[in-house]
Amino acid sequence: MLKQVWSGSIEILRAMWITLKHLFRRPVTNQFPSEPVAVYPRFRGRHVLKRYENGLERCIGCSLCAAACPTDCILVISGENTEENRRSPGERYAEVYEINLLRCIFCGYCAEACPTEAIVLEHDFALATYDRWDAIITQEELLEPHQPEHIRVRDDQAWAEPKWGRTAKQQVGKS
Amino acid sequence: MDWISLLVIPAIKSVILIVVLLTGFAYLSYIERKLVARFQMRYGPNRAGPFGFLQPIADALKMVFKEEIIPFHVDRLVYVLAPALAVIPALVIWAVIPVSGESVTIFGYTITPYIADVNVGLLYILAIASLGTYGIVLAGWSSNNKYSLLGGLRTSSQMLSYELPMGIALVSVVLIAASLSLVDIVNAQAALWFVFLQPIGFIIYFISGLAEAGRSPFDLPETENELVSGFATEYGGIKFALFFMAEYIHVITISALATTFFLGGWYGPFVDQIPVLGIAYFVAKVAFVIFLIIWVRASLPRVRYDQLMQFCWKFLLPLSLLNLVVTAVLVLLIG
Repeated sequence: MLKQVWSGSIEILRAMWITLKHLFRRPVTNQFPSEPVAVYPRFRGRHVLKRYENGLERCIGCSLCAAACPTDCILVISGENTEENRRSPGERYAEVYEINLLRCIFCGYCAEACPTEAIVLEHDFALATYDRWDAIITQEELLEPHQPEHIRVRDDQAWAEPKWGRTAKQQVGKS
Repeated sequence: MDWISLLVIPAIKSVILIVVLLTGFAYLSYIERKLVARFQMRYGPNRAGPFGFLQPIADALKMVFKEEIIPFHVDRLVYVLAPALAVIPALVIWAVIPVSGESVTIFGYTITPYIADVNVGLLYILAIASLGTYGIVLAGWSSNNKYSLLGGLRTSSQMLSYELPMGIALVSVVLIAASLSLVDIVNAQAALWFVFLQPIGFIIYFISGLAEAGRSPFDLPETENELVSGFATEYGGIKFALFFMAEYIHVITISALATTFFLGGWYGPFVDQIPVLGIAYFVAKVAFVIFLIIWVRASLPRVRYDQLMQFCWKFLLPLSLLNLVVTAVLVLLIG
């Protein structure tokens, strides 16, 4: 029994040593929103409608995104481009383009379906509103370039080399 | 009859002590949350005020605004009395603890650093500590609920069992100091702190103190609250906060007693020249023991109830008796 007491006490002291070491390490909590959250490049957040370099909208009002959407949350009403009012290269543009962010599951099928890469999913996830109707996002908001401060896109290389501990690859050698 | 020095001064000292202890309880809950968080590599509360310093005030305000419900089926008088009965013993033990070496003299009245120098101080402490179990048992009983009753009985039997090794470890200290009065025990440590003469005694006392206060790793009563069964199931709002308060003040008390009995009380370098350093050393030592208690909580898993009781009766009690016998023999031989 004495051996048990001895080995038990040693284990207790080892446990306490580990917590003591951790006391002096920097906490791993991310203090959102004062500290930006780092997301991967392929993280699917809020949608953005893109433009070409010359300023014309990429969206041609084809509704392929609405057709691909599993939850049916995109509304596209197209209009004809005239010479005075030309919004996109080609015949049609999207006159009304709305996405219901509460129905959206952020799957990215709309971005895959789009032939002109007009609708893409960028990285904003802080989408809470006080009113359900404010969550239906309109074309004006979608067209604006959107780089919120609380989001930072991380570089994949930084993720691959952790600061401490072993990665999954290095652990394959151990049992 | 000298009214002032016999009644007024102890009354004022008691009020100051209670205010200090209650503030200490509030900030101990804050410090514990911060420390346990840092041990777990996360921040503690840091939103309420700079570094979360106003968190206890936010918690107190929240508790005050909670609805006070007294369930229909409880024994009302005992139900309301039980939390008070749990808090009061933890506060009252402080009457005999000396916090400093020097007595101050103001307007011709001598103000001693303790409220009362009872010459059977240790007996007083052990007796009052036993009263603490009444609060728990009565809380479980008055809740009129089988789970609360069993929880209360479990908790109180844990507290009772661990009073034995605690008392015997303290008696070993008394053998060396040759007095039951706490002031004499502190003064006997002027040359060498008792923790070096009684290392096993200190460890036994520390473990028993943790179990007495119901702290990790012996905090089955505490988690039984989280897990619905437990003596405080039917309590909410201020009454629940009082049980919480009783536990934390008990922690501070156990630390203060550990400091007094084993770590030399208010002794330290240069305490003769600068008397006010006495209080500083006392506070620093109590803070250190509290840090130890929180460190143990953050590191160790919970002990199952039967393992807890077996540990007490089959290991700690014989060990403390052995410690007592060896100490007695050595005191007799060496003197």
